[in-house]
Amino acid sequence: MSDLLSQEFLTALISGGLVAAMPLLFASLGELVSEQAGVLNVGLEGYMLFGAFLAFVIAYNTGSEWLGLAAGIVAGAVGSLLMVVFSVRMRLDQIVIGIAIILLAEGATSLLFDASYAESRPSLGTPSELAIPLLKEIPILGESVFSQHPIVYVGIALAFVVGWILKRTSAGLSIRAAGERPEALDAAGVSVTATRTWATLCAGGLAGLGGGYLAIVGAGSFTPFITQGAGFIAIVIAMLSRGVAPWTIVGAVLFGMSLSIATALQLIGVEIQTDYVQMLPFIAVIVVLVLFARRSYLPSALALPYVRGEK
Amino acid sequence: MGADSDNRRGTQPAPLCELRGITKVFPGVVANDGIDLDVRAGEVHALLGENGAGKSTLINILSGMYRPDAGSTSFEGRPVQIDSPRAAIELGIGTVYQHLTLVPTLSVLENLMLGSQGGTGRLDLEGARERFAELARLLGVDFAPGARAGALALGQQQQVEIMKALWRQDSRVLILDEPTSMLTPQGYEELRGVLENLKSEGLAVILITHKLHEAIELGDRVTVLRAGRVVGSLAPEELRGRSERELSARIVEMMFGEQAAELADAVEVEATPVRRNLPRRELGEVALAVRGLALDGDEDAVGLRDVTVEVRTGEIVGVAGVDGNGQRELAELIAGQRGSRVGEVLLFGEDVTRLGVGERERRGLRYVTDDRIGEGMVADLDVAMNAVLKRIGRRPFWRAGAERRDEIDRFAEGLVERYNVRTPDVRTRLATLSGGNVQKLLLARELAGEPRVAVFNKPTHGLDVRTAEFVRDQIREAAAAGLAALVISTEIEELVDLCDRIVVISRGELTGEVENTPGVEERVGALMVARSGSAS
Repeated sequence: MSDLLSQEFLTALISGGLVAAMPLLFASLGELVSEQAGVLNVGLEGYMLFGAFLAFVIAYNTGSEWLGLAAGIVAGAVGSLLMVVFSVRMRLDQIVIGIAIILLAEGATSLLFDASYAESRPSLGTPSELAIPLLKEIPILGESVFSQHPIVYVGIALAFVVGWILKRTSAGLSIRAAGERPEALDAAGVSVTATRTWATLCAGGLAGLGGGYLAIVGAGSFTPFITQGAGFIAIVIAMLSRGVAPWTIVGAVLFGMSLSIATALQLIGVEIQTDYVQMLPFIAVIVVLVLFARRSYLPSALALPYVRGEK
Repeated sequence: MGADSDNRRGTQPAPLCELRGITKVFPGVVANDGIDLDVRAGEVHALLGENGAGKSTLINILSGMYRPDAGSTSFEGRPVQIDSPRAAIELGIGTVYQHLTLVPTLSVLENLMLGSQGGTGRLDLEGARERFAELARLLGVDFAPGARAGALALGQQQQVEIMKALWRQDSRVLILDEPTSMLTPQGYEELRGVLENLKSEGLAVILITHKLHEAIELGDRVTVLRAGRVVGSLAPEELRGRSERELSARIVEMMFGEQAAELADAVEVEATPVRRNLPRRELGEVALAVRGLALDGDEDAVGLRDVTVEVRTGEIVGVAGVDGNGQRELAELIAGQRGSRVGEVLLFGEDVTRLGVGERERRGLRYVTDDRIGEGMVADLDVAMNAVLKRIGRRPFWRAGAERRDEIDRFAEGLVERYNVRTPDVRTRLATLSGGNVQKLLLARELAGEPRVAVFNKPTHGLDVRTAEFVRDQIREAAAAGLAALVISTEIEELVDLCDRIVVISRGELTGEVENTPGVEERVGALMVARSGSAS
């Protein structure tokens, strides 16, 4: 059992955990923003799929990871436009529209992939790394934390930036009011619809970026249903973060490690059937919910359409 | 704030804001029908009317929440379109709504900054703190800008609302919608002082109220609305130098027209409490007994400590106290909506402490909640369904699980007629009814069947004079027929008018019990502040 504490194992666990955490981090940050504004994006998984597919196509055809990731953001935001149009503007049920978006994304991305790449099954090159001088020399952490794809550092910084925006800017204040008491925001002369629109697009863009990362950095390829429920786990992380953005880092890394533990175990020669290993994050979700469900706090007006003057 | 208006005072200043022929139609109701209104700087304009008279609609139009179907608005002589809340705010019109619109999870300062700094950039905390300090002096507030809005007492929350309405440096008009409905007597006096300050700053204040004496006391000018129209107004010259009694009589005539005579009673109750000579009823056995009830409090509610009270059949016992001192908790413990680990509730000598709501109801216990729409009724269901809400699945309204609409409608029609609920028909959606009519229906539902013990929680809260009197009459009648009634109210006058005996609750404890004999008000008042002090 002492193998469990070996450098090899820990490096693989943390490094793999961070890689696996990034899609969850981006998606849950976006979801956190839109939940604060009162929009529950059940379709987060869908935005991630759109993002993953387009990011893969662009990265494969241009050879640029960064263009690919940018395309992921665009695709996710376009996906969330459906939510904006139907739920925020036309005030249809957020959950129904969210489920529709997932089904649409699963169907559309699988179909498009099969039509163009089913035969060739292309894969992208090895993702780039940005090793931070000096820090990368630290044992275990050096190799695992400080030798990652640059987008990892962007993601962690972003969590703090989003936290600052929510807490210290007018836009953040409007977002928090839109989810808690939209009529108060309306009476203060700020458009609830506009606030929720931007927050939803933010969720779409960030989830799309998460999807793009999953395809380009995580898998180096796109396969249908590549997200495997990451969107739902991200919703859970967002809910447990209680509107405090940096908490999403903790949640995402914990879930990320539960995904990477299989690879790490294989490295030290412990073989577990992949079926069991793939169940781990979902078991983790259930355990976390049982332990921390009381900790979650949802804004009062979450998933409720806002109609001025309605009782 | 309009310093130039001061030098025009004394002459007749031109109105700051003029509304002409304002009309607003909702499905089935003409809420405002050709209303004219002038608002002047340095003046409190009281807008008086019953519930449903169109007061709220009018101020929603002025504050940009609704658009009128017809009519025009001018501000400082220029025609304006107030087509959004932002347009109203930019004109310097601030509104304090009856239902508070603070975000409870945000701090006081965050609530004040909401929407006020424009754009999306960094919040100017320094500037906001300065403005807070200025307004805090003007309004005499005593809470910190960093306090969580939801944790403040209702009176303080209202002060935050007033600050919010005055937040812009160039505020001109302040609209207050039923501002006194949540205030203690001290809070009322404070509000009076605040209004004086605001007037001397040259602000125009519009004060909406359904209480006559408030309109007379606080208003420099009074406009009376009835059924969506202006039915009369009193200019400052007319208000000055007349007795309150004389003015009341004139306004009552405007409000109720030819029915005024029969309402003289109801107005009396409000203006000066006059005790009815209660017929000495035969009191029967102890119907409801509460012994040693206790409940833990938390940050949002006080607990209860050792509450013991008895009510006999035919008796009306009042529970007096400032709102939020444990009244709701007590009512819910008796109704069975909350469990208590300590103490017991007995109905006719039988311990029902461990029984649920349904079982207690079958034993004749009724609870008329103060949360009418929410806990009491389902806003989206129709009137008839709400009338049978507590009997879903039971005969004769359901048979073998199937709903029998005819039976339900017939039953509801009976209640609507007997209790004079004003509704187009029983299939109307409940949310479209006014507050008074919802309360009548709630009362009708709870008193139908065979009630033996009933708890009324603030049964006339927010109702107009006439409906409130109707509600009190129903309670009296039911008690005369043998009901044991426990009436919770924050208005001592009402309890004096209604009860045989009054107990006083303060900070979750019963601080005393007095028979309803002359001089009871002073003793109740003394008991209310005996222990609490900080409970306002």
